[in-house]
Amino acid sequence: MTNHWIDIRHSDCILIMGSNAAENHPISFKWVTRAKEKGAKLISVDPRFTRTSSKADFYAPLRSGTDIAFLGGMINYILENQKYYRDYLVTHTNAPYLVNEGFGFDDGLFSGYDSASRKYDKATWAMQTDEAGVVKKDASLDDPRCVLQLLRQHYSRYTLELVSSITGTPVEDLRTVYEMFSSTGGPEKAGTIMYALGWTQHTVGTQIIRTMAIIQLLLGNIGVCGGGVNALRGEPNVQGSTDMCVLYHILPGYLRAPWADAPDLKSYIAQVTPKTKEPNSANWWQNYSKYIVSLLKSWYGEAATPENDFCYQHVPKLDTGQNRSIMNFFDDMYAGKIKGFICLAQNPACHVPNANKTRAALAKLDWLVHANIFDNETASFWHGPGVDSKKVKTEVFLLPSAAFMEKDGSLTNSGRWVHWRYKASVPPGDGMPIGDMLYRLVNKLKALYKKEGGAYPAPILDLSWEYGDGKGNLDAMSVAKAVNGYFLKDVSAGGKDFKKGQNVPSFAMLRDDGSTSAGNWLYTGMVTPDGKNLAQRRGKSDPTGLGLYPEWSWCWPVNRRVLYNRASVDAQGQPINPNKPLLTWTGDKWVGDVPDGAWPPLADQEKTMRAFIMKPHGVASIFGPGLAEGPFPEHYEPVEGPLAQNPMSGQRINPVVKLFKDPIDVYAPADPRFPVVCTTYTATEHWCSGAISRWMPWLTEAMPQVYLEMSHELAEQKGIKNGDKVRIASARGQLDAVAMVTVRLRPFKVQGQEVHQVGMTFNYGWRHPKDAGDSANLLTPTVGDANTMAPEYKAFMVSVSKA
Amino acid sequence: MSEGKSIIMDTSRCTACRGCQIACKQWNGLPGTKTKQTGTYQNPPDMSYQTFKVVRFAEGKADNGKPYWYFFSDMCRHCLNPGCMEGNKKNEIIQDPATGAVIHTPATKKLDYNTVLAGCPYDIPRQDPKTKELKKCTMCLDRMRDNKIPACVKTCPTGALVFGEREEILKIVEERVAKLKQTHPKAKALNPDDVRVIFIVTDDPDRYHKFAEA
Repeated sequence: MTNHWIDIRHSDCILIMGSNAAENHPISFKWVTRAKEKGAKLISVDPRFTRTSSKADFYAPLRSGTDIAFLGGMINYILENQKYYRDYLVTHTNAPYLVNEGFGFDDGLFSGYDSASRKYDKATWAMQTDEAGVVKKDASLDDPRCVLQLLRQHYSRYTLELVSSITGTPVEDLRTVYEMFSSTGGPEKAGTIMYALGWTQHTVGTQIIRTMAIIQLLLGNIGVCGGGVNALRGEPNVQGSTDMCVLYHILPGYLRAPWADAPDLKSYIAQVTPKTKEPNSANWWQNYSKYIVSLLKSWYGEAATPENDFCYQHVPKLDTGQNRSIMNFFDDMYAGKIKGFICLAQNPACHVPNANKTRAALAKLDWLVHANIFDNETASFWHGPGVDSKKVKTEVFLLPSAAFMEKDGSLTNSGRWVHWRYKASVPPGDGMPIGDMLYRLVNKLKALYKKEGGAYPAPILDLSWEYGDGKGNLDAMSVAKAVNGYFLKDVSAGGKDFKKGQNVPSFAMLRDDGSTSAGNWLYTGMVTPDGKNLAQRRGKSDPTGLGLYPEWSWCWPVNRRVLYNRASVDAQGQPINPNKPLLTWTGDKWVGDVPDGAWPPLADQEKTMRAFIMKPHGVASIFGPGLAEGPFPEHYEPVEGPLAQNPMSGQRINPVVKLFKDPIDVYAPADPRFPVVCTTYTATEHWCSGAISRWMPWLTEAMPQVYLEMSHELAEQKGIKNGDKVRIASARGQLDAVAMVTVRLRPFKVQGQEVHQVGMTFNYGWRHPKDAGDSANLLTPTVGDANTMAPEYKAFMVSVSKA
Repeated sequence: MSEGKSIIMDTSRCTACRGCQIACKQWNGLPGTKTKQTGTYQNPPDMSYQTFKVVRFAEGKADNGKPYWYFFSDMCRHCLNPGCMEGNKKNEIIQDPATGAVIHTPATKKLDYNTVLAGCPYDIPRQDPKTKELKKCTMCLDRMRDNKIPACVKTCPTGALVFGEREEILKIVEERVAKLKQTHPKAKALNPDDVRVIFIVTDDPDRYHKFAEA
């Protein structure tokens, strides 16, 4: 989230799309309800009328996988009807920037596409610069090469009629949603978007989110109370684990994972550090070197020196362009290339796409170590449906682990608030926190490498591993301190003197000379120099009255509750919306939220810095060359969709998406055998693959068995009655479910044809309860987003028949 | 008695997260019963001697052609003059003098179930087939006596369930219904003068549940 949960109450219009917040983030509706009661309008856009839709002022259906078309139409509407916030665009975005003459777009492809490698050369996706290297701009926004005019040209194709014929949303519904949401353009109002996996889990997921970011910038809704681009993240600590590098392509704090073309630290830093010639741009990532060096110092301690590149060589390198996402990992396992698998607190046999492939892959392992609080379909794959246990060679070790209330640690919520949690009880039996397992495992590895040497022992032996509680287990507070970081010698910084060993109070004080250590620069400041863990705070003071609660927990970065908050003030630093004064310049300092930089407001052209400090030029990107598919989002059909042609262009699917080639990874688009669009989701009553919640009798009582939600129209066509057992099949697998025939789904009119859509939860598995049914991921395709590899769980094709 | 406590169940704020249904089971130590998916979110399908609170789901097409989906977190209304007490022989069903909670004591095993049920316009009491005791919501009398609010209210994230002194609650109900009427002309409170657990609906009560209103 750019903003935070409580902030939703300040919104004038809440769009919930790509999320079913009432069901999957039930507590969020505390704040949605408050906003509504102050007059905010709630819009729900979803293929299925959900519990969220039931509370909306307006509901519009759309076919799964057509969000960019839907939102592209909104961009067109905003531009054609002058709903945008012109001052904001000129001040805070690259709308006035002039784009390279060589940049172009034709028939679904941007300039620079290479069809053989299915990749873009991004050379032309750049700005025009003058002799000094400064970007050329046209503040009038009239120049045909300025970003705003190119945006207008691109989205003029997204007419109401064409969008409707793609999404299946009636034209009137589109117009109503566009009108309602774009009413938040301008200084007085703020609109927010609440999205979640309904956007990320598409082959164009990242671009859907970017389309919405463009809308929010056009309307001036970023950096203000009640606005923002807000990803709803959940109970599994998704925010915290992403911050701490759960993904293969990043290190803690979103630093890029080293790769082969950056063989030493110097070339790594040269390639990752953005440069700008723009005056008044903080270009905060110019500090990259300080964060990577402090991280290496945290990992390798005294072994890391300037002379040995701070042990940069110890960090594994990806081959250039190498994709190590979970689908690739299972692809390698299926091909027999992986012998052992340590699987912690996950259930890939149910949650990875194409579960038949995943389950077959597990049988090719020599060993599987699985830590969880219950047995599940992954640990028990060897006696799953259709598996001959005698033929499975894999040795499985199931380690009972501790649940969240059985250990200390932190949890970071969607609003980036880090909450410390305390151990409330002892895990039953041999149960142990996974942190303790890893702590002991590395100690064993260190001892073995020390004793036996072996291949390249240095990365293990040099690893700083001082997180113990003195009794052989992990001390969570020691980890928190290492993550925060500390000074490695006595220094003066920010007008104060710090002693060696004292915690660093802000990432602004991190250095790249080896004098500071920090495991995650974003979390620097969480533990104070005198050792106070601010994530433990529960202060309820609310000085702004806006619900920022600066003394409740601690939030990254530097306890700033709303990112880019200086976009909420005018050139003199006064709140543009005086009713929600997030920040105010008093003449010598800012009061309110923690500002994203202490520089004076924009009127002080000598000293000021622009609000979007994380962007190289200090402004937000309406034209954004960072993603794999192009600088403007474009509608492509899901890899498995009902249409043989993309009505927008000759490119049916995302041109840069990775397709898997094994015969088990078959895709069947526009195939008469599989004519029905299917999507998957979770119910309130279960959690993820249900590996934990299915063992809770009150929850399985409320949602006992796998079900397929379908329209009366489709049910009638197939002779299916509510409660009947039905069989759902895709090109990859099939499963049975109970039919839930409902008015909440209806056929779509797509390109003049009737297209049916169904949906089911991925909360079930064969292991428990016995009659619950199996995973929806037996059906889903092995394909993911071109930038993140988030699987396309949300749109694929099936057949439905009476079982 | 007309003082004591009251609860609002404002369906316009309810998202059917079913936190209340689960919290009721948890506080009262009631088991998760074995259920089947029958083509609805509503489960368990009805009240039972092991289920004192059930969120009812009702769907259909609204006048504008779009779907509606109404949620009704059903529970004992704790009537001011409880019809179920008509079936009393002695004091098997009692009314707590401080709060007004209507309590079916273990002695209800001596009562005729059908007579008690017939006295309830909301179809609430259920009988334990083994002990023959009648079972239903207690308004969490045990919690109230410990100055705690009922478990279902405590867990509600949206403010759909509100607990308080009856006098106060009646005022809130009146204000809320007046506000809802601006956008939903059919908004009303159900039997507010007769019950302690006052449901607020925005459409015909029948669309929520057959026994929504007496």
